[in-house]
Amino acid sequence: MFLKRLLKNKIGLIGVIVIGLNIAVALAAPLLATHDPLTINLEAQAVPPSAQHWFGTDEYGRDIYSRVIYGSRISLYICLLSVVLATVGGVATGAAAGYFGGLVDNVIMRCMDALMSFPAILLAIAILAALGPNLYNVIIALGVVYVPRFARIVRSSVLSLKEKEFVEASRAMGNGNIYIIFRHILPNCTAPLIVQATASLAYAILAESSLGFLGLGAPPPAPSWGNILSDARNFMMENPMMTVFPGVAITLAVLGFNLLGDALRDVLDPRLK
Amino acid sequence: MKQQTILEVKDLTKYFVVGRSIVSSGEVVKAVDGLSFDLFQGETLSFVGESGCGKSTTGRLVLRLIEATRGTVSYKGRDVAKLSGGELRKLRREMQIIFQDPWSSLNPRLTVGQIIGEGLRRNKELSQAERKRRVLEMMETVGLRPEQYGRHPHEFSGGQRQRLGIARALIVGPKLVVADEPLSALDVSVQAQVVNLLARLKREMGLSYLFISHDLAVVEHISDRIAVMYLGKLMELASKQAIYSGPRHPYTQALFSAAPTAEVGRPADRVILSGDVPSPLNPPPGCRFHTRCPHAQDDCRRLEPEFRPLESGHWVACHHPLARG
Amino acid sequence: MEPLLRIEDLQVNFHTTQGVAQAVCGVNYHIDPGEVLGVVGESGSGKSVTALAVLGLVPHPGRIAGGRIRYRERDLLNLPAKELRKVRGDRISMIFQEPMISLNPAFTIENQLTEALRTHRSISKQEARNRAVEMLAMVDIPDPAKRIRDYPHHLSGGMRQRVMIAEALLLDPDVLLADEPTTALDVTVQASVLDLMRRLNERIGTAIMLITHNLGVVAESAKRVVVMYCGRVVEQGAVGEIFGNAAHPYTRGLLKSIPRPGGSELYEMKGIVPSILELPQGCPFHPRCPQAMPRCVREQPPWRELAAEHHALCWLYE
Repeated sequence: MFLKRLLKNKIGLIGVIVIGLNIAVALAAPLLATHDPLTINLEAQAVPPSAQHWFGTDEYGRDIYSRVIYGSRISLYICLLSVVLATVGGVATGAAAGYFGGLVDNVIMRCMDALMSFPAILLAIAILAALGPNLYNVIIALGVVYVPRFARIVRSSVLSLKEKEFVEASRAMGNGNIYIIFRHILPNCTAPLIVQATASLAYAILAESSLGFLGLGAPPPAPSWGNILSDARNFMMENPMMTVFPGVAITLAVLGFNLLGDALRDVLDPRLK
Repeated sequence: MKQQTILEVKDLTKYFVVGRSIVSSGEVVKAVDGLSFDLFQGETLSFVGESGCGKSTTGRLVLRLIEATRGTVSYKGRDVAKLSGGELRKLRREMQIIFQDPWSSLNPRLTVGQIIGEGLRRNKELSQAERKRRVLEMMETVGLRPEQYGRHPHEFSGGQRQRLGIARALIVGPKLVVADEPLSALDVSVQAQVVNLLARLKREMGLSYLFISHDLAVVEHISDRIAVMYLGKLMELASKQAIYSGPRHPYTQALFSAAPTAEVGRPADRVILSGDVPSPLNPPPGCRFHTRCPHAQDDCRRLEPEFRPLESGHWVACHHPLARG
Repeated sequence: MEPLLRIEDLQVNFHTTQGVAQAVCGVNYHIDPGEVLGVVGESGSGKSVTALAVLGLVPHPGRIAGGRIRYRERDLLNLPAKELRKVRGDRISMIFQEPMISLNPAFTIENQLTEALRTHRSISKQEARNRAVEMLAMVDIPDPAKRIRDYPHHLSGGMRQRVMIAEALLLDPDVLLADEPTTALDVTVQASVLDLMRRLNERIGTAIMLITHNLGVVAESAKRVVVMYCGRVVEQGAVGEIFGNAAHPYTRGLLKSIPRPGGSELYEMKGIVPSILELPQGCPFHPRCPQAMPRCVREQPPWRELAAEHHALCWLYE
C-alpha cells in the first residue's frame, strides 16, 4: 500500500530507480568490473578513457571504472551503517529525553546541542583523529555526528505522542513505561524517522567522500568514492576526466537519496492520506 | 437508604506551574482547588462546568493519571496515592477511563483486537485463544462485529471508535469508569446510541460512572447526582432532581438556563451572564464567581464561601444561596 | 416578499483520489430580508459547503457543478471576480466557528476592522476607526476605545467571536452567514452571543443564516429551519412546524434522540451518517429510516409541499 503510493509518485519512482541501480551495482561489482580495482599497472598510469580502460586509469594505473564500481560498495556500506548507528542512537536518546522530560531531557538535549554546534565534517575529523582512521571508525564518527538530528526528531514526536490519550489509556490499564514506549510511541514516529534517515543517507555519502578526499576516509588503497576523488585531485589539470567519474557517482547517489527522501516525506505525510 | 461509598475524595487539589524557566518561577494555575466529594456504588455522578473549570483534571486526578498537589482519593477505603507500583497497577483494573476524542485515543497502528486486548496482557493465565474469545465477546457487548477484529481504527466512524474505546476500558472489568466528555465529538444522531450503550453497560456490569460533560441535556438524562464546577472549585453538588427543580447557586442557575433546549423560542427564565469565564491563572478573590454573578454583594468580593451542606445531600458554596425552588 | 438570497439547485462536487463525491446535491432554499434562518445538519450534510458556495469560497478539491445563487437579481456564480468581491464581505459576510483562526494574530483589532472598512468604502482612517469603535460597543465589548488596540490573543474566546461579528457587520451587510458561531464557546457565553445576534438582527435588520448541528440553538433563534442530510435539504419549514410537527423521518429521529430528563432509554437512530463517497441509492436516508419502503431504495424521493411553507423530501407524502 505504502510502496504503491511511493511508486506512483514520479519523484519517488526516479529515486527508487537510482538507488536501486546503485545497490545493484554494488552487489554485482565483481561481475561488472573489468579489472581488479587494486591492481597497480605502472605501464598505464593516468591514461585517458579508452576501450581498454573505460574511465581511464589513475596515477598508479588502476582502472577507474572498476574502482568506481567497487567504490559504490564501500561508500554505500559506510553510509548505510553510519545512518543505522545514528538512528539507533538518536531513537534511544530522543525517546528517553522526550518521554521522561525534566533533568533527563535537559542533560541529553544539551549534549546534543553541543554536538550540533560543531560543523559536521569538523566533528567527524576530530572523532577520527581521536580514534584513528579505519573503516569502522569512519562509520562510528559519521554515526555520532548524525545522532542529534535523529534525537531531535524523535524527541519532538515523542513529546506530542505522549500526550495522546491512547498513551494515557495504556497507563490507566497499568502498563509500564518501557511497554508504552515500544508499543505506543515509537511505532508512531517511524514516518519522520524514515524521511530523516533517507535524507541522512545523502549527507553521509557526501561526508564520506569529503573525509576520503581529505585522506581520512576508508584507508587507501580501498576504493571509496572519496578516495578515488582524492587520488584524482593531483591530476585535475592534466586529466580532468579522472575527477568526473567518481564525482558523477557521488552526485547520482546523493540525488537518488534526496529524491527518495522528498517523495517519502510526501507519501508518509498523514495529512495527505 | 445508606448507599455504599466507593470513592471518597477530600481536599483534592492540583496546581500546574506554567511558563517556568531560568529567569522566571512561572505562574500557578489552580486547576483544581480543594475538591471534596463522595461517589456511591452504582451511581452516575456528573461533573459539569465550562472550559477551564477543572472537570477533566478532576477525572485524571481520581485515576492518578496525574499526581495531586494535595488531598486524598480513597477507593474503597484505600488511599490511592499511597499505593506501591504493583498495587496501583492492580487497582487500575478497577478504575478505567473513556476519552473524549475517539481519534487521538486509539493508537492508529494497532488493530481492534490489539487495542481491546491490551488490557488482558498482564493476565498471564489467559491463553491466546481465551484472550481472543474475551475480546470478541466484549466487541459484541459494545456493538462491534466480530469480522472487525483485524481492522485498524481509521476504518471506523466516530461512533464506532467510541465503542472501541469503551470496550478497551471495560474488558479489564472495572468498577468505576471515568467518562471524559465521551459524546462531544460525535454526531447528534450517533450520540443517543452511545448514551444508551453507556446506560446499558452500567446496568449489566454494575458500574459507577464519574461522567464529565458540558452537555447539560445529556447530563440531565444520565445522572443521579450532579456536581457543578467553576474555576477549579465545586459550586454545587446535589441530586439531579434537586438541581433541576431548584438550583441554589446562582452559577448553576445561569448555567442550566443557558443551555439551549429543543423548545421553540428563547426560554423566559434565562439568566444571561456578563463577560467570559476569567482565566484560571488569575482567579478573582473571594467567591470566584462574583465577577459575573448577578447577586454578588460586598462579602462575595472579599470572602471565599465555604462549601457546605444546605440540607441533606445538597452542598453549595455561596454566601447568599438562592431560595429553594 | 421577494427573497434576498435564493439558492437554486446547487451542486457541489468534491474531486478526490477515491472518486467524485457529491457534497451538495440539488439544494434549494432562500432567505428573506431580515429573517433568521436556521440550517441544521450533521457532519457531511453539506450545510457549510453551501454557505461557502454563496461566497464563492468552496474549499479545494470542491467545485460548483451546477445551479444558481441569486442575490438581488444577480447570479453570484456567474459574476465576474471583481463584482463578486464587492458583494462578498460587503453585502454578504460570514463568521466561522473558530474565531482565532479567522483573526490574524499579527494585527491589532483596529487594524483588521479598519482594513475591511477601507477596502470597501472610501473613508478616512479616523472615520474608519470611529466606526469600528462604535461597532465594538454594539457587540457589547466593554471599553471599546481601549480594546481596539489589543491583539487577538489578548481576548477570550467569547470576545473574539464578538469581534468577528463586529467585523462582519461593519459594512452593514444584508446577510450574515454564521457557520457554527457558538460551537467553540461555553454554554453561558453561547447564550450571550446568541442573545447578541438576536438583538442585532432586530435592531439593524441584517438577515442571519445560522448554520449549526445544535437543534436547541436553532429552536430558540430561528424563524424558519432548513434540515440537511447528505448534501440535500430533506425538510424545511417554520420553526414551530419543524419542532412541533416534523414530517421527515430524519428530522423526527433527530428530535427524538435529544436527551430529555428521566432515565428511560433514548430513541436511537440506527446506523451512521454515510460517507458522501458511498451514498446509498435512492433516498440517502433509507438505510437508517424506520419507515423505509421498497421505492425509497430505488428512487430519489420527491420534494412535497405539506403545508404552507413546509416541505419535505420523502416518499411518505406521495
